[in-house]
Amino acid sequence: MADLRSNFVGIKSPNPFWLASAPPTDKEYNVRRAFDAGWGGVVWKTLGLDPHIVNVNGPRYGVIYGADRRVLGINNIELITDRPLQTNLDEIKLVKRDYPDRAMIVSLMVPCEEVCWTDILKQVEDTGADGVELNFGCPHGMSERGMGAAVGQVPDYIEMVSRWCKAATRMPVIVKLTPNITDIRYPARAALKGGADAVSLINTVSSITSVNLDEMAPEPTIDGKGSHGGYCGPAVKPIALNMVAEIARDAETRGLPISGIGGITTWRDAAEFIALGAGNVQVCTAAMTYGFKIVSEMVSGLSDWMDEKGYGTIDDFKGRAVPNVTDWQYLNLNFVTKARIDQDACIKCGRCYAACEDTSHQAISMSADRTFEVIDAECVACNLCVNVCPVENCITMERLPAGAVDERTGRVVQDDHGDWTSHPNNPGAVAAE
Amino acid sequence: MSEGTRKDGIVSGRLGPDQYVSNFGDAYPPLNPHEALVAADRCYFCHDAPCITACPTEIDIPLFIRQIQADNPKGAAKTILAQNIFGGMCARVCPTETLCEQACVREAAEGQPVKIGHLQRFATDTLMETGTHPFTRAAPTGKIVAVIGAGPAGLSCAHRLAMHGHNVVVVDGREKAGGLNEYGIASYKTVDNFAQAEVDWLLKIGGIRIETGSVMGRDYTLEEIRTDYDAVFLGFGLSGVNSLTLEGGDGDEVGDAVDFIATLRQTTDLAALPIGRRVVVIGGGMTAVDAAVQSKLLGAEEVTIAYRRDKSGMSASEVEQEHATSAGVRIVYNAQPVAKTPDGITFEYTETGPDGLRGTGETFTLAADQIFRAIGQSLTMPDGAALDIERGKIRTDTEGRTSLPGVWAGGDCALGGEDLTVTAVAEGRDAAESIHKALSA
Ligand SMILES: Cc1cc2nc3c(=O)[nH]c(=O)nc-3n(C[C@H](O)[C@H](O)[C@H](O)COP(=O)(O)OP(=O)(O)OC[C@H]3O[C@@H](n4cnc5c(N)ncnc54)[C@H](O)[C@@H]3O)c2cc1C
Ligand SMILES: Cc1cc2nc3c(=O)[nH]c(=O)nc-3n(C[C@H](O)[C@H](O)[C@H](O)COP(=O)(O)O)c2cc1C
Ligand code: SF4
Repeated sequence: MADLRSNFVGIKSPNPFWLASAPPTDKEYNVRRAFDAGWGGVVWKTLGLDPHIVNVNGPRYGVIYGADRRVLGINNIELITDRPLQTNLDEIKLVKRDYPDRAMIVSLMVPCEEVCWTDILKQVEDTGADGVELNFGCPHGMSERGMGAAVGQVPDYIEMVSRWCKAATRMPVIVKLTPNITDIRYPARAALKGGADAVSLINTVSSITSVNLDEMAPEPTIDGKGSHGGYCGPAVKPIALNMVAEIARDAETRGLPISGIGGITTWRDAAEFIALGAGNVQVCTAAMTYGFKIVSEMVSGLSDWMDEKGYGTIDDFKGRAVPNVTDWQYLNLNFVTKARIDQDACIKCGRCYAACEDTSHQAISMSADRTFEVIDAECVACNLCVNVCPVENCITMERLPAGAVDERTGRVVQDDHGDWTSHPNNPGAVAAE
Repeated sequence: MSEGTRKDGIVSGRLGPDQYVSNFGDAYPPLNPHEALVAADRCYFCHDAPCITACPTEIDIPLFIRQIQADNPKGAAKTILAQNIFGGMCARVCPTETLCEQACVREAAEGQPVKIGHLQRFATDTLMETGTHPFTRAAPTGKIVAVIGAGPAGLSCAHRLAMHGHNVVVVDGREKAGGLNEYGIASYKTVDNFAQAEVDWLLKIGGIRIETGSVMGRDYTLEEIRTDYDAVFLGFGLSGVNSLTLEGGDGDEVGDAVDFIATLRQTTDLAALPIGRRVVVIGGGMTAVDAAVQSKLLGAEEVTIAYRRDKSGMSASEVEQEHATSAGVRIVYNAQPVAKTPDGITFEYTETGPDGLRGTGETFTLAADQIFRAIGQSLTMPDGAALDIERGKIRTDTEGRTSLPGVWAGGDCALGGEDLTVTAVAEGRDAAESIHKALSA
């Protein structure tokens, strides 16, 4: 049996699944239910200064559905906690006392003045919490008041606040990053420079999910008006994975602990984040969609997969995929593949034909009896046919062995590595040694 | 089962009032909007989709399903109705399992086709509930066309002609328009008087006048019509029924299933309609299934379909056969009727040999107080209509032209295609295009 115990910057939890700071971690009642359901830790819903903020009294969420009303993405305009600071602190203390083995992280967002941060950190320390997360990510509402993403978009501020916090507390400091920025490496480097113990990412992506065409207003609509919100859920996972990988492989931030967040819905999503360098993961939308019970699937799925692969602990596969994330220029241009269609599996829908004929390279032929075949002399191996085919493994990409002739280019396939850096068409090519 | 089902003889009121209502409700209830979205999501939007080819009216099925997916069911309905103005009826009565859904690639892949028929009904119902008619007429041409027969073939032809700006007079011998949509199709496929509602909706195009109770060959001749009108379309279906002679019978003991269904369709008080305790239906097509199932629904205790060939020879599809058996009808294959007995009917088993079907000599007798024959309908040519006939149908070319200049034909009375509502619609529409071309020349 795999050992799922997690130690993230000194914070221990029975498994690497934490609930992200959001409605699921808003108050004592929810967090107790979460721990009873098996979550390894929580990041308490972001605390702020009193007087506490207020939320809108109309709808907070917009949604993007897939087939059968499956939630693919949620957008929200909720702010940080809308309850008094002391109420939250009292509850945090009680819950931590009753669940000493679970991770209790407290998310914070206060104005950019040192005294605000030092004051609140002292109060959090008194609860017995295991660490803090600085919310530099919230893209809506709070950012209009100079907090959240407004800080997260200025690396100098991130560094400054991180430094204040590290100086003011013995607790580990995690900096939560906003994806609403051009290059995620800059805020991550700033957090590191400021002394932060870890970064967590991503917070939500600025978004408008849909427009009500009768009211001519964005959804969710509050009395005829809407405001951009933050997007999360399965739809944002690809964005989050890339940002995690960028930080994991950056020369300056390599080794900086990462808490992976963004669209994690199953054990497999979690394993992917960890393979790209995350030390643990946080979940919000999946819990909001399906309830706390999904952690059972995540725990058992990860454990079964680790057993199958022979990984004893999370650290055994953490970051394993990072060395394989590279720049385009280093991809092997001598790796030549062709699409292959399994005629027995083919159901003759013709989607590969339409895709290749209309939008790719006219490399699939169609006969009168609807037999679809790849024309090797045209196939550029783009993979589109594989992607649009509704039958799994019906179309596959097959590598041409070294020595074979690529009918499209007429060239013999080489078995050495040859990439753009040494390609003759590259004006800046360096001759292979 | 109430004791009413066990009364001997042919009697009415076998069931309680509620039972009639529930028995004759929609056999396949419509999809709700969510079910429609789920069903629509299964469509792969195939390239040059095989389902389109399999539909006699060639509806662009992937397109209309995508319109449903994209929350535009009325647009979907227009896609359907542009090809098939009886898209609403066809959604209810087409044997999709042998047409579009049989060709669906998901049928090949997993034996579960996209529910094309149900989706078509969802789209057309959504549009028709608004009461609007989506098509408009072209500028008047001043031409006037006669259509004989107000069934799906005739009305489809009339609608297309009206769209092209021609005026149309549709004459029909019956009291109501609709043809077998009104008098033949099983009631559980077309509840709530849908056939008349659809005709009324179709006529909203304008330019079509319906004259019922007027029979060609009795009230007027084809020649008179040809002189009075710019063109003629014949869509008078098959009004003859094949006969059946039995030893020991006087000719009256075997009823006509088509008449029985027509009566049933026009009956407002089903409790007043008599039905036998033990009913035997002879035949193997849709008519046999519909007569048998509806006998059962009227409260007959035992209903048997006897068919002379084997299961695969039956022209009712497998789905329809299952519909019958799940309604409690027994189907006996390889049985041909030979003699009427005082309280039943005797059959001989058959087998298929080198020279075709032959009796084995072994017989059995089924008790029956009511017997129907559903062994096919045949063409009855109205007096004075001299047209070339081929294989029992009016000979037509690919555009529906008959041997007489200025006369077109389509639907059950004409050669080509299966005897289905959808085929009649396609032929009526195509003949209209041909007539339009001829009149515009
Ligand atoms: C019991 C039964 C059940 C069926 N079930 C199905 C089903 O579920 N699905 C399916 O696809 N098909 C079904 N069919 C077949 C389908 O109904 C026909 O193929 C279709 O109706 C043919 O259309 P039509 O317009 O050619 O003829 P019809 O619908 O028969 O219409 C012909 C019209 O012409 C009129 N007429 C006839 N002679 C004259 C005359 N001399 N002068 C004036 N008017 C005349 C008739 O009154 C009638 O209104 C069924 C048929 C029957 C009998
Ligand atoms: C309704 C809602 C409220 C949120 N509030 C906070 C918050 O107060 N503080 C915070 O750091 N992140 C907040 N988030 C962001 C989540 O913690 C998380 O980073 C994001 O939803 C991505 O993860 P997911 O795809 O698993 O949902 C909120 C998200 C949602 C949906
Ligand atoms: S891999 Fe791309 S180019 Fe090759 S057949 Fe498939 S779609 Fe066409």
